[in-house]
Amino acid sequence: MLTVHGLYTEYPNERGDIVKAAQDVTFTVEEGRLFTLLGPSGCGKTTTLRSIAGLERPRAGEISVNDRVVFSSSKGVFVSPNRRGFGMVFQSYAIWPHMTVFENAAFPLQVGDKKYTRAQVREHVMRVLTAVQLDELADREATKLSGGPQQQLALARALVMEPALLLLDEPLSNLDAKLRDRMRFELKRLQRELKITTVYVTHDQSEALALSHEIAVMNQGRIQQIGRPRDIYENPVNQFVADFVGNTNFLDGTVIRAEVQDRCILDTDIGRLAVKFAKPVKANDRVAISIRPEDVELAESRPAGENVWQGTVEQKVFLGEAIDFRVTVGPRSLLSRQHPTLRTPVGGSIFVRVNPEKCVVFSAS
Amino acid sequence: MSTTIITTPGIATHKRAAVDWKWVVIGACVAFTIYIAVIPLAFLFWQSFRTPQTATVPAVWTLGNYAAAYGTSETFRLFLTSVQFAFGASFFSFAVGTTLAWMNERTNTPFKSIFYALSLIPLVIPSILFTVAWILLASPQIGIINQLLQNWFGLAAPPFDIYSMGGMIWVDGLHYSPMAFLLMSAAFRAMDPSLEESATMSGASVWQVLWRVTLKLTWPAIFATILILFVRSIESFEVPALLGLPVGIEVFTSSIYTAVHRYPSQVGLASAYGVALLAITTVGVYAVARLSGKGSKYATMTGKGFRPRQIDLGAWRWATASGFILYFVLIVVLPFLVLLWSSFQHFYTVPSREALRNLTLDPYRFVFTYPDLASTMWNSLVLSFGSATVVMLVTSVICWLVVKTKIPGRWLLDNIASLPLVFPGIVLGLAIMIFYLNVDIGIYGTIWIMFIAYITRFMPYGMRYNTTSMLQIHTELEESAAMCGASWTTTFRRIVLPLLKPGLVAGWIYVMIVSIRELSTSILLYSPDTRVVSIVIWELWQNGQYVELSALGVLFILLLFVLVLIARWVGGKYGIREA
Repeated sequence: MLTVHGLYTEYPNERGDIVKAAQDVTFTVEEGRLFTLLGPSGCGKTTTLRSIAGLERPRAGEISVNDRVVFSSSKGVFVSPNRRGFGMVFQSYAIWPHMTVFENAAFPLQVGDKKYTRAQVREHVMRVLTAVQLDELADREATKLSGGPQQQLALARALVMEPALLLLDEPLSNLDAKLRDRMRFELKRLQRELKITTVYVTHDQSEALALSHEIAVMNQGRIQQIGRPRDIYENPVNQFVADFVGNTNFLDGTVIRAEVQDRCILDTDIGRLAVKFAKPVKANDRVAISIRPEDVELAESRPAGENVWQGTVEQKVFLGEAIDFRVTVGPRSLLSRQHPTLRTPVGGSIFVRVNPEKCVVFSAS
Repeated sequence: MSTTIITTPGIATHKRAAVDWKWVVIGACVAFTIYIAVIPLAFLFWQSFRTPQTATVPAVWTLGNYAAAYGTSETFRLFLTSVQFAFGASFFSFAVGTTLAWMNERTNTPFKSIFYALSLIPLVIPSILFTVAWILLASPQIGIINQLLQNWFGLAAPPFDIYSMGGMIWVDGLHYSPMAFLLMSAAFRAMDPSLEESATMSGASVWQVLWRVTLKLTWPAIFATILILFVRSIESFEVPALLGLPVGIEVFTSSIYTAVHRYPSQVGLASAYGVALLAITTVGVYAVARLSGKGSKYATMTGKGFRPRQIDLGAWRWATASGFILYFVLIVVLPFLVLLWSSFQHFYTVPSREALRNLTLDPYRFVFTYPDLASTMWNSLVLSFGSATVVMLVTSVICWLVVKTKIPGRWLLDNIASLPLVFPGIVLGLAIMIFYLNVDIGIYGTIWIMFIAYITRFMPYGMRYNTTSMLQIHTELEESAAMCGASWTTTFRRIVLPLLKPGLVAGWIYVMIVSIRELSTSILLYSPDTRVVSIVIWELWQNGQYVELSALGVLFILLLFVLVLIARWVGGKYGIREA
């Protein structure tokens, strides 16, 4: 469906330095899928999205949709954004303040190459406004809408011309937390119902995990990892991905010996640690280990098995549905997420256990 | 250094209530503002109902001035001419400025970053010099362009006549097009670029985006810009005086000047004209204020500002770049070169090989041996530095009252301080002249009367600069100073003024530059001892000393240019991006 191949983009910033915004960005999105570009600000995700839209002209690479090449540096193709026929929702929604809700949504049908009669425009617009539950507000001045409906209107406007591809640039980031959760479900429902191929840009990892079929994590202009949400979370390929997607505890370690069944024994700050690690290692290799807080098990009595240490509760943060413990083990402190029924007081002694299967190991960078 | 008392601020002030400097400073500033802004206006009205006073006949009440001013069809023609001139000049400069602003902000025209900086240069060329330069270029008798075209194409009559309504509109409109350029650039910049990008993504072409989104959304700014330009060109004095008067095209400003300079002086008649002009500008300024108040409807939620996309003009970008170059040639290069050329001549001649052999430094010798040159320069500098300082300091206190307090009637104070905005320069000069002629406190004919006039005239600019940055200072910053035990005066001096510095410095630079070029107010107030540089240029023109004028003009432009460079450098140190 959408193929992006070898995309490079550079531009000078205000001080004239060259910003390498996208570096060899390559991915494909299957028909009807929601694909997310996830990363911190300045990682190149918005530049990539704008390159797909045609609002940026990349330095090199190729972009095609349904085998129609919209950009190719080698073939000298650049289809201007208004001829690509993609729908896009901007972070600010870009609702035109001088038009009503209806006029905003009707605009794409009025300016496009394809001509519609007045009745057809009305029919299309009302159908799409109904889908986002704005049909009642059609004659309202667009800027009189509050944040949520504005976002819905921007979505309706992007969908009205039945685009081949829907591009979403942080569409939820201007909403408050409660509304953001609701809109997230709403967006997911709409996308799954309409089966419209979507590229979604966000810096919010929980949004990405909740919405996407597939995620590409980006940093410094490069894609770090592409995978299904669960893969990204459970098997990050490097420290950056592990750190950026969710909270994690990092440990540095040295291999003591490799064992059978992809296991090896490591020496770390908190003591000996047995982990599962598929790559071949030899003694004295340096590695990094990531352990998710929910995988750091706590118990008041010593549990059976390996990877068990005794520690002290340093701090507790009550979050309602969970409680975060900070536990000192040796020279390190580990973060652990527990059910609120665990009531060990601060300063109390506690046992820490880590399942070897839950430790994610990277070769040290 | 300062007396700070560590107690609750409220109690502290009550205990040592001998002199509360807060109210002394505020009271003084308020009284000064009202005195300076309201009194001249009142006297202008008063005078417009009085007969002229002579040694033998005392002044009496009359409606004769209004009868004389409005009883004839002559006045109707005057009104039409004024409006025609102002419409022409404002629309011409708007069209030029907006086109340039759009090309600069939204297209990939090459070298445009240089043009933005260059477009500010015309602002340092005083109006009178710009007008004189264009007379030297396009006058039917001596204009270089006319003579060259006649020679090349063997034309019988000169193709251009600068002494005409068209010529007036051309010169005035061209000179103020950078103002339109700056205002419209700001409007384009203030717009969230994704509003245009989403139209592009909806399938709209470049022209559809420009027409249906960009221009529609900047409509309030467009209307406000045209109004500002209109008000400014109806106040314009130099162009109508130099180009219109010789051929009998009179507008309000030039009529006021001729009424005062007639013998016997028709001050009452001038006042009646002044009141009419004031009425027009008041309506305009009021409309601008209303309009900017309504602008909030167009303020939309904006996201992170991404670099706005530039429209790729393809090969057309060389056409737009040539447009920029042509514009720069017309507005800076040609006017300056013609002054430079004529400043090396014995008497004004069209460039030729023969004239090139007769180059001389005599005009510069004349300027440097001019008896009052030093004192004139000194007057100009002292007046501009002094008025810039006083304006910025007084308006900072007024702005504090208006923005930060809940004192009833503060909106009135705001309006009073902004009132001089409606005074065309020559009307303000007239009003101040009348006041100090009638109320003799010994400043008529001294430099002080010009000082007061400058402060009055430029106070609204100070208000604007200070209000903008005052709004950005969070009240808690002052409150926390008070909680630390600082008195109001200490807080104002140590917290508010330093935080206000970007606005203060930018405003100071602006007021300094506009006051050093000032002519239309000074022309009614100067005496032989208190001439400023722009007045000397005016006198040289009246005497027909064109080459000497050119030499002085070249030096004056260079001086202003250096001042602007210094100001920008200083401004840069205080974090001001555009002075």
